[in-house]
Amino acid sequence: MAKYEYSFYPGCSSQKGASSSNYLTSVETMCEELDIQLNHIPDWNCCSASIGYAGGGELPRLTLSARNIALSEEHNPGQEIVATCAACWLATREASERLGEDDELMAEANTALAEAGLKLKNETPIKHMAEVLVEEVGYDEIASKVKKPLEGIKIAGYVGCQTNRPFGIHGESYENPKYLDKLVDTLGAESIPDYEKKVQCCGGALAFSEPDKSQEMIKGILEAAYDNGADMVVTPCPVCQMNVEVYQDQINAKYGTKFKMPVVYYSTLMSVAFGRSSKDAALDGQIIRAKKLEEIAG
Amino acid sequence: MSTNTAMIEKYRNNFLKEVEANVEEGDWVKMCMQCGVCSGSCPLGKHWEHPPQEIFMMIRAGKRDEVLSSDSMWMCTSCYNCIVRCPRELPITHIMHGLAHYAKRLGLAPKNQPTMKFAQLFWDNLSKKGRVNELKLGISLYFMNGFGEGIKTSLKMKDIGLGMLKAKRMSVAEAFGGHSVKDLSGFHKMLKKAQELEDARLTQHG
Repeated sequence: MAKYEYSFYPGCSSQKGASSSNYLTSVETMCEELDIQLNHIPDWNCCSASIGYAGGGELPRLTLSARNIALSEEHNPGQEIVATCAACWLATREASERLGEDDELMAEANTALAEAGLKLKNETPIKHMAEVLVEEVGYDEIASKVKKPLEGIKIAGYVGCQTNRPFGIHGESYENPKYLDKLVDTLGAESIPDYEKKVQCCGGALAFSEPDKSQEMIKGILEAAYDNGADMVVTPCPVCQMNVEVYQDQINAKYGTKFKMPVVYYSTLMSVAFGRSSKDAALDGQIIRAKKLEEIAG
Repeated sequence: MSTNTAMIEKYRNNFLKEVEANVEEGDWVKMCMQCGVCSGSCPLGKHWEHPPQEIFMMIRAGKRDEVLSSDSMWMCTSCYNCIVRCPRELPITHIMHGLAHYAKRLGLAPKNQPTMKFAQLFWDNLSKKGRVNELKLGISLYFMNGFGEGIKTSLKMKDIGLGMLKAKRMSVAEAFGGHSVKDLSGFHKMLKKAQELEDARLTQHG
């Protein structure tokens, strides 16, 4: 039996051939090393993230997450739900809280769920993987698994928005969270605790609909990473990762910058530090290669 | 009588009551103390014609058309800065989403607002199969303003797409069916029922 066990909700962007499929690969590797068993919620659906609101009203949106929680309660009873995607975590926890506070909405959500033969008890805590790492596993246990310290790499910890607000990690500040920096240090790399853009918004879904406004913010995130001497940026969020990595050429063309900054997940760093291969760490999923990590992974 | 006209009749001269009854988390609007921390905290603040603090004041002043036809709420990136900083704990992000949704529902949102269009595409995409099909979503986004502009955008985005394909973070297989929930029929029935209940609530209030 695994040391830790969770009901797991990977989310749309982590599916095969989707934009953060590399995140899931590295999370699976990381969990193998930490003896965390992830039991997928069977037949989970999209949570509608934070951009579903134009078409989806309150009840339809909450019902989406209610279905995932209900499926988890039916198939993985007694297990806390863990999400790796910031938007999945936020939407699911928000739905659980909102339905928990409003009996009328809860009754309506269950009427809708009954159409799919499901029932929500709403008794399941919903966590982000970062919470599991910091609060359950802990830095000491993570440190004990490090086989190849990430020495000589300076890393800007970019927490972003939705992993940090409105819920965040217990005991951490919204304005200056430190857990990602501590994690970077634990893995033997050098953190940048005063990286001033650590909780700056990247535009989220508006990177698609308002590219110029979003890229102006992404430029600031990258510029600050360079100014602080970072070799790469690490983030816990699929949208942050994609937005900060993939638009660098467009930003360079527009602003005359020369950005070529790798942006990786915490799970990428951990997979490499735990001694796993480039493939297991999903370094082949980088569009801007993280060469310093490739050298260590071999 | 359109829903919009019905709402004007019912809530004549009291837009605040209309918002409280019909907008998600709208009953919080009266709690705003006009400190402006939300407006100062918004990453896209400079692009809002009326930042959140002003929107709250305008609702209370009965500026119905100005609020509902505003581009402003569609600038919300869902960063939640305003929520965690608001001294009176208003769920500002959700109120902005709620106002945007209500404005769109009444047909008052600005016609070509890009985030409104993208957000609707996102909803349509996920409700079809229960999971987002990123490839189809991307293509529908590029072509949301017509074919000519779609080709231009596609060319502009070509290198990013190729990079994603090479990294196996995009799949052409998604064009043919793609990821889906297995119990699609149950999923659709569930959403339909949720929509009916939501509609009934709005009609009852209206």
